[in-house]
Amino acid sequence: MSIDLKTVKHISKLARISIDDEKANKLKGDLNNIFEFIEKLNELNTDNVQALTSIAETTLRFRKDEIKSENIREKILKNSPEENKDFFVVPKVVE
Amino acid sequence: MSDITSQSLFELTSNIKEKKLSSEEITKAFINRAEKSKKLNVYVTDNFEKAIDQSKKFDSNPNLDFKLPGIPIAVKDLFCTNGVRTTAGSKILNNFVPTYESTVTQNLWNQGAILLGKLNCDEFAMGSSNETSFFGNVQNPVGENLVPGGSSGGSSAAVAANLTPVTIGTDTGGSIRQPASFTGTVGLKPTYGSCSRYGIVAFASSLDQAGPMTKNVRDCSMLLEVISSFDQKDSTSIDYKRNNYSKELSKDIKGKKIGIPKEYRVDNMPDEIEQLWKNGISYAKDCGAEIIDISLPHTNYALPTYYIVAPAEASSNLARYDGVKYGFRSPGQNLIEMYEKTRSEGFGDEVKRRIMIGTYVLSSGYYDAYYLKAQKVRQLIKKDFDDAFSKVDAILTPSTPSSAFKIGEKTNDPVSMYLNDIFTVPINLAGLPGISIPAGKDKNNYPLGLQVIGKPFDEQNILNISYALEDKINFKNDILDWWLSE
Repeated sequence: MSIDLKTVKHISKLARISIDDEKANKLKGDLNNIFEFIEKLNELNTDNVQALTSIAETTLRFRKDEIKSENIREKILKNSPEENKDFFVVPKVVE
Repeated sequence: MSDITSQSLFELTSNIKEKKLSSEEITKAFINRAEKSKKLNVYVTDNFEKAIDQSKKFDSNPNLDFKLPGIPIAVKDLFCTNGVRTTAGSKILNNFVPTYESTVTQNLWNQGAILLGKLNCDEFAMGSSNETSFFGNVQNPVGENLVPGGSSGGSSAAVAANLTPVTIGTDTGGSIRQPASFTGTVGLKPTYGSCSRYGIVAFASSLDQAGPMTKNVRDCSMLLEVISSFDQKDSTSIDYKRNNYSKELSKDIKGKKIGIPKEYRVDNMPDEIEQLWKNGISYAKDCGAEIIDISLPHTNYALPTYYIVAPAEASSNLARYDGVKYGFRSPGQNLIEMYEKTRSEGFGDEVKRRIMIGTYVLSSGYYDAYYLKAQKVRQLIKKDFDDAFSKVDAILTPSTPSSAFKIGEKTNDPVSMYLNDIFTVPINLAGLPGISIPAGKDKNNYPLGLQVIGKPFDEQNILNISYALEDKINFKNDILDWWLSE
């Protein structure tokens, strides 16, 4: 199978990365090369194989639901791209 | 006493403990050399002023019980460092100053180490040559216009060029071991779950591990001992008793069974790598190890599996870079446009490519065909190793299918770049520990490495085998300081 330009644009929309036509064409070529390489997996029959979902064979630990951090509002907002002492600022969402 | 910057971690700590050197002398020596080594482009951000202050502070009241007493260390710029810019080699984090510290770096400072600065790497650790970094490529000290490997390329170059005594990198598919191999240094990827991932900029969460990069095996054992720890803050951190790796380091590998996997003899592998491998096998025999031929039948499927699993996890991990809470933002007319412009301008080409692959393989209608299929093949790859380790104690292979290549040589062909990691990727997929040690040189005098792979949590064993081989190999990295400027 091959990935066409329309699919590349659809994926870029899903990934929230805007691309122009020139980039999309270049990506189309790259992605097709990479997927050609990936298709090798189809040589293998994996019908009776259990998918590996965790490499470390452990179960997730439980912990008490306790507040451990001090007031870290300032720390959290420190790297905010647009300055505002209480909130993260984004373009208007509600009309 | 030899020049300060060429000393090993072991020598430097001994000299501090015996009061032959002060932390300030050592720190200043590394800083002076870094000032003359800008051409290598290893640093993204330096911490030199603060490092000198801290070294003076250490000297005024030295705690010699520390494992890294007053030792200056530069780290890969993928570890969040409190108050020191952390970029992951990306424009999108160009202005990011963490307000917290990664567990692995905290472990270094808790043992007396001092941060020298943050080392260049491929953007979000995606690359095998350090050429995808927003901050430009790194020069390999081995030769001009040669890549240092990647993604921990600034780290490997810094160790090889004597700009830091040791460093820590991260390894998702070979990002510690391949650059170690390209620069004639030692790099170890620990068992998944050994070193905490807390505070490391995430690439592919089921594969990422931090690990030591050093001049020799003993230093590697010393550093692993400090950074490996159980951590509540990482849900995949494993609580097990860690060895006192440096104390238990031994060259006695008599009777150890070492497996040689026939599938690692790949097509077009240069003769010199075949020869390197043969030499390694004969050295292991000389040390009293037993050599056993083994098979890892799904080896050829590891790279295609990796290029589904890693981008899938990356596309999900990198969804957080949207220009809202931190990092670079490009303004837009509305929220969606802001996201799309921010990510388009903030990420480089390779990162975008991998996000696109990941988004595609996880998208509706393709999940089963790609992602689920890859998770199944990953199980088969892991089973290959489980079967092999029922017969052997460790596995010996080359680290890479070639030596370091020229800057720009592979940038236009992603697949040929990916093939660099053919011997290292299976180990990440199976969650195993692996170490690369310098083992010889090719016809251009560029270093080549051998990889020792171990059972889960058996770092001590692969360190010991490497320690014994290192002694027999007696590798000398003749680096000529060609980049130094006044």
